[in-house]
Amino acid sequence: MATIILPRSLIALFPAAPRRCDVDAATVAEAIDRLDELAPGMRNRIVDAGPVLREHIKVFVDQQPAVLGTSLRPDSTIHVIPAVSGGQATGRSA
Amino acid sequence: MTRNLLLVGTSKGAFILDGDASRRSWSLRGPLCNGWPIHDLSVDPADGAILAAGGSAWYGPAVFRSEDLGSTWSHSSEGLTYGDDGPKIPTIWNVTAAHGSIWAGAEPAGLFRSDDRGATWSHVSGLRDHPSRPGWEPGAGGLICHTIVPHPDDADRMWVAISAVGTFATEDGGATWEARNRGVAACFAPDPYPETGQCVHKLVMAAGEPDSLYQQNHCGVYRSADAGRSWEDVSQGLVSEFGFVMGAHPRDPATSWVIPLSHPEEGRLSPDGALAVWRTRDRGDSWERHGDGLPQKNAFVGVLREALAVDRHDPAGVYFGTSTGQLYGSVDEGVSWSLVADHLPPIWGVEAVALD
Repeated sequence: MATIILPRSLIALFPAAPRRCDVDAATVAEAIDRLDELAPGMRNRIVDAGPVLREHIKVFVDQQPAVLGTSLRPDSTIHVIPAVSGGQATGRSA
Repeated sequence: MTRNLLLVGTSKGAFILDGDASRRSWSLRGPLCNGWPIHDLSVDPADGAILAAGGSAWYGPAVFRSEDLGSTWSHSSEGLTYGDDGPKIPTIWNVTAAHGSIWAGAEPAGLFRSDDRGATWSHVSGLRDHPSRPGWEPGAGGLICHTIVPHPDDADRMWVAISAVGTFATEDGGATWEARNRGVAACFAPDPYPETGQCVHKLVMAAGEPDSLYQQNHCGVYRSADAGRSWEDVSQGLVSEFGFVMGAHPRDPATSWVIPLSHPEEGRLSPDGALAVWRTRDRGDSWERHGDGLPQKNAFVGVLREALAVDRHDPAGVYFGTSTGQLYGSVDEGVSWSLVADHLPPIWGVEAVALD
């Protein structure tokens, strides 16, 4: 089972979801699907149309940058991290 | 006893102000919605739920929902997508409930509908199927569907407004849409009167007259007596043609409010550093300037599209928020003003609610 570690700001949107959980998945995309089963809607928070990871969400597998198709080992650790670049407000207001 | 609420969307979360019966004393709650940038809040008339529309740079677009007046919230963006091959949606600019459905205006401009109280959404593709769509270009605020005006009695009729594109109307529940911009100038364009390309900033409906519409546009204030099929410029007498907000009186179809700002290429700020709300009581034939209680010098503030609201009391209360975080209110229909809250994040949306 891979272990996935989620950021505090994401857990705040899904109060019943754990900060850290084990998932049975062969890829990052499958791991996110397992998360979505635990907390419906979580996939939409991490994955954009494409499907691709959202622009300002970074995923690391065993400390290496990853994409949805990145393969997992049974003992992999996955970090989901809101990028520092994502701090600005969306929507130009003029 | 009536409970008064002001719902405030800001760049760093939603806030709710609870008011007393006089509407002069308010207490602030927030930031809500996890500190997400929130463009617009409104109330679902079907059940009293508070809806909040916005988007997080990290986590994408969503509509939040609270069934306990803002104490707890759920959120969803299930279906808020143009598909895997379509453009990505960073945020939602408007959420409006009517006739049992909830509508969401998106960036890039498009319309979504929920028939299950916001749990899931479906794209109202007819709007983006309009033949003018390949020519849609963003304004300074983006390519945004920022205003949704349902017909009060006919669920099949609705108007939407898109910045730098114009006003559109449907009379078949969203299946097909007609551009309704005749008479509205695109003063920044080589062709000043195109079919689309007008930069509407806010569209409102006159009380009790669903075919009487007003709009604050980049190029002036306009009125229509024929459901938007034709428009007449009523900017004469205002200090500036430019502004973002407009509010309509809850009972008098001839009364509305705007906040003119300086020229769009000269800051879009309160003109000459003096903040004022302008009111018409004759459908725009004449305008009155009201600055009593508002700063009249050294006040260089902006007021954005969704940031003015009118309550349903008699006399009506009028409220607006600034892009520098001040919230002002009037309980005498916009004649005199007082500061309701200060030091908020930049305010993007204000809604006034009176609950029985």
